[in-house]
Parts: sequence; structure tokens; C-alpha cells
Amino acid sequence: MSIILDKVSHIYGADTTMAVIALKNISLVIPDGQFIGLIGHTGSGKSTLVQHLNGLMKATSGNIYFNGEDIDADGFDKKNLRSKVGLVFQYPEHQLFETDVFTDVCFGPKNLGLTQKEVQLRAYQALKLVGLEDDYFYQSPFDLSGGQKRRVAIAGVLAMKPQVLILDEPTAGLDPKGRDEILDQIAALKKETGITVILVSHSMDDVAKYVDRIIVMNRGSVLFDDVPREVFRHYMELETVGLAAPQVTYIMKDLRDAGYPVSDDVTTIAEAKNEITAYFAQLASTRNNKRGEDNA
Amino acid sequence: MGIIKVKDLIFEYIRRDEEGNVEGITTAVDDVNLDIRQGDFVSILGHNGSGKSTLAKHFNAILYPTEGTVWIDGRDTQQGEYVWDIRQTAGMVFQNPDNQIIGQIVEEDVGFGPENMGVPTKEIWERVEESLKAVGMYEYRKHSPNKLSGGQKQRVSIAGVIAMHPKCIVLDEPTAMLDPKGRKEVIRAVRALNEVENITVVLITHYMEEVIYSDRVYVMDKGHVTLQGTPREVFAQVDRLKELRLDVPQVTLLAHELKKEGIPIPDGILTKEELREALDVYRQNFA
Repeated sequence: MSIILDKVSHIYGADTTMAVIALKNISLVIPDGQFIGLIGHTGSGKSTLVQHLNGLMKATSGNIYFNGEDIDADGFDKKNLRSKVGLVFQYPEHQLFETDVFTDVCFGPKNLGLTQKEVQLRAYQALKLVGLEDDYFYQSPFDLSGGQKRRVAIAGVLAMKPQVLILDEPTAGLDPKGRDEILDQIAALKKETGITVILVSHSMDDVAKYVDRIIVMNRGSVLFDDVPREVFRHYMELETVGLAAPQVTYIMKDLRDAGYPVSDDVTTIAEAKNEITAYFAQLASTRNNKRGEDNA
Repeated sequence: MGIIKVKDLIFEYIRRDEEGNVEGITTAVDDVNLDIRQGDFVSILGHNGSGKSTLAKHFNAILYPTEGTVWIDGRDTQQGEYVWDIRQTAGMVFQNPDNQIIGQIVEEDVGFGPENMGVPTKEIWERVEESLKAVGMYEYRKHSPNKLSGGQKQRVSIAGVIAMHPKCIVLDEPTAMLDPKGRKEVIRAVRALNEVENITVVLITHYMEEVIYSDRVYVMDKGHVTLQGTPREVFAQVDRLKELRLDVPQVTLLAHELKKEGIPIPDGILTKEELREALDVYRQNFA
């Protein structure tokens, strides 16, 4: 159960004079159950890449394998692929349309041809997974807050029971609390269901806190592909491609330059706090030992 | 009186159902008083739905008070005859750059505002040039806006506003859709306008790091201004901001966490340099 990209390229307007290379020779393995952050500046090819993963776009060259099957082979069931690889677009709440929340979430599974009972069960489970309370189920989706609407839209995709959930900028336009709530909820549902989650994001601070692996895109190619702390070590290169490491990485780098023996691959506030308090604890114990000796 | 003065402002939306019957009234802005001086850099924070955008729309007569008064450069926004003067005094930049650009070429887009104001052609070109230079987009003047990055487009939108020679520019989440580089470009351009051209800036944002340069920060909640002060004063209240669904810059949060662990650090640290200095002072104790 994995997605393999083998030398995938995509060229927009390939046969015209305006050809633009959007993806260049990308090879990646996305195994089951990973939590992946896909980052890159605007126009780096992130969105083009994720639209290949569920067959919305077709590679100009190269192959994509889903669970070992070539998705562009004749007879491959793309409809099935799209229910297995769920894609939540940017501002997904703009796609809500039904009169109440529950019916909206039912729309996807209903189109899979399931029984009404199964459809409703899935919708219910999906809404529970995104943490929406029962009180909202029969309200119009348009009366909800921005963060709630976004959860409903995510539930609509989850109700398809995907094995891979791709979210394109799920926190864009939300306030900081809304941002944390959505990401915590995604992390929780990831833990509960074990599905693969791919988070497309600009926000390094968010990504560092949640994901196991970061793929950095630049001009259609993969620039880095590693665990967060390794990727953020390259903060100078990240800046040249329009990105940045989390602010806390810079703080620690600065302290290190000023002679503090702290690690320079810190990516979260909690780690930074531990590094600094450990250093001062050590200073304090050295001083106390010295005093002890002086007294002796 | 400052360039923007708001007195006892209340704004109510009437909610209607599908048949147009009144369902209820939402008070989006509730008893707000502000006085913003010419040349100030002011930021407005608040969670989604706190009323910040509704408030901002009063600053250039897109919305009118239900109760209370808004004066822009001494003119009451409810006096219909002043609408054009007010919109020229306080220019507005919105979140999505794609909704604000209309020209086929960057310089045409920037010239659209002054052209509509009846500025003579020669002066339009002068204004276009100086505005594009002010936001660092002059070299792109012959480009199509479609081919620009988000940050570049947003700077063109800002140039289009400053070509109308406003005294004040109101930016409603101008960086929400941009990547980190684009955000930096826009904020740098906005700060330069404020510092060099002395244009009053009102910045609405969800990004706490963008706020630290402002002279004054207002935090909105349920239509009220619930916190206000310098960035240092506001960000010193980490827990209160969290309650308001907001954040503080990472360096401020780290300083706050270290303080809780017993390391003596002043409240409201805003930059990594300040944090380092505070730690240096503490480290002296162990030397």
C-alpha cells in the first residue's frame, strides 16, 4: 500500500511555444502511514505534484504506481484511486453546497454507490474524526465558523475512507487558534486511523511540529527530503528558495554563535526550552560543585 | 484629531433567512474608540470573526456606522459628499491579490487609480514611477501581472493604492495567501512607506511577527478592542492572547516558557537579540 513516483515530469502546454516545466524528473516513495509535509514557495510545483497522486493530472513522462499498479495503465480504475487518495483543496469550504452539514458529508460516499446505511455511518464517523459536535450536524454549513466549515469539508473527503489524505494549505486564512485546532485534529485522526497524510504548507512552524518527513520542492524538483531537523539545518538554502526555517531555529543558531553550547537543529519551542534550561542547570550545578569544593 | 478617529462606533449586520425575513442582529463592531495619528503604524489583531475587517471597512467608507462616528482626516464618513475624498485619503489593500489587479501590464494597473481621479497624463506616469519604485517593483513595470508571484502582485496592488497619494493605507490580511518570501517583501514595502513617506499604516494580520514593528497594537474580540498598547505591552500577555485564539511570536513564547522555568527574563521580548541579551545577563551570575 504505497505510492511510488518514478521519474515523473509534467510540462504545461508541452506542444506549444509556451511550454512550462512544472515537475522535473521526480522520484519519490510514499509508504503507508507516514505524516509528510510538502513545502515550497508559490509556483514550486507542490499543487501540481499532489494532483498527480490521485490522477487528476497525467504525467507528461514517468510513471506513478499506486499499490504496485501503474495508474496510467489501460483499465486502471481511476475512480477507485480517487476514493483511496483523498485530496482536500485550498479553501475547501468554498466547495460546501448542501443544505445541512450531514448531507454535505454524505455526498461523496453516496456517489460510491454504497447503501444508505453505510453512507450515513461513514458520514457520522468522518464528522467525529474531525471533531465536529453533533449539535452542528443539521445546521447549514454556511452558518458555521471558518474553522468549522473547513472541518466539514475535510470530513467530506474522509467519508470516502481514503488511505491517503492530502491537504493543500489546510490552515490558510485561519486565526492562530484555528490553525492549531485543525492541525491537532489532523494529527489525532492520523493517529487514530493510521492513514498516510500529506500536508502541503508554507508554514514551517506548523510543519516542524507535526510531520515525520519533509519534502521541499523548488522549481519543479525535490530539493530536500528528510526528517524536519535535517531539512531545517539547510536554512540558508531554504531562504534562497523563498522559504525559511521556524523562527526558533534562528534563535538557537544565534545563541550558538554567541557561545551558548546549544544544539543547532532545534525546530520546536519545547526543544529550545529544554536545551536552554539544561545549559543553565549545568552552569548552576558546576557553580554549586565549585562552591562545595571551596567550602571543603 | 488624528487621521483616523473613531468614536463610539457600533456596526450591526441584519441576518436574514432565505425568504428575506429578519432572523436576528449581529453586532460586529461594538463600541470602538480609536484615534490614529498621521504617520503611525498601527496593527489590528483578532481571531476570525472578531470584527477587525468590519472595522477596517469603515476607514474608507465601504461600511457606515450604525451608531457613532468615523472621521477620516477630519471628514465624517457619513457625509455623502466626502466619499471620494475619503477613499483617496485612506486606500485599502485586500487579502487576495488576484481580485485587485485589473491591468494587462503592471504600469497600467498602477495608473488606473490616478487616471480615474482625473490626474493629468504626465503626472499619472510620474506617480506610477514613484509608486512602483516605493514598493521595489519598478523593473517589472512592463510585465503582465499574471506572471508575477503572489508577493509581487500584492506589492503592485499597494503601488496602485499609493499612486492615489493617500495619507493612510489600510491593509486587510495582505500576506495571508503568500509564502514566507512574499510575506517578507510585502511587510518590508509597507514599513518603508511608513518610515520614508510617512504614510499612516493600518495592518490587519494573523501573523504575529508582522506586528512587532508597529507603534501600537489593537486586539479585537467580539467587536470590542480588548487589549491595546505597544507590541511589547501586548505580547507580554501571552496567556491572555492564547485565550483570544491568538499567538505571540515564537521568540516571545520561548522567553515566556523560559521565565516559567525560573530564568529571569523581562516580559514582552520581541526579537532574538533581546532574548540573547537577557540570557547573557543571567549567564553573568555563573561567571
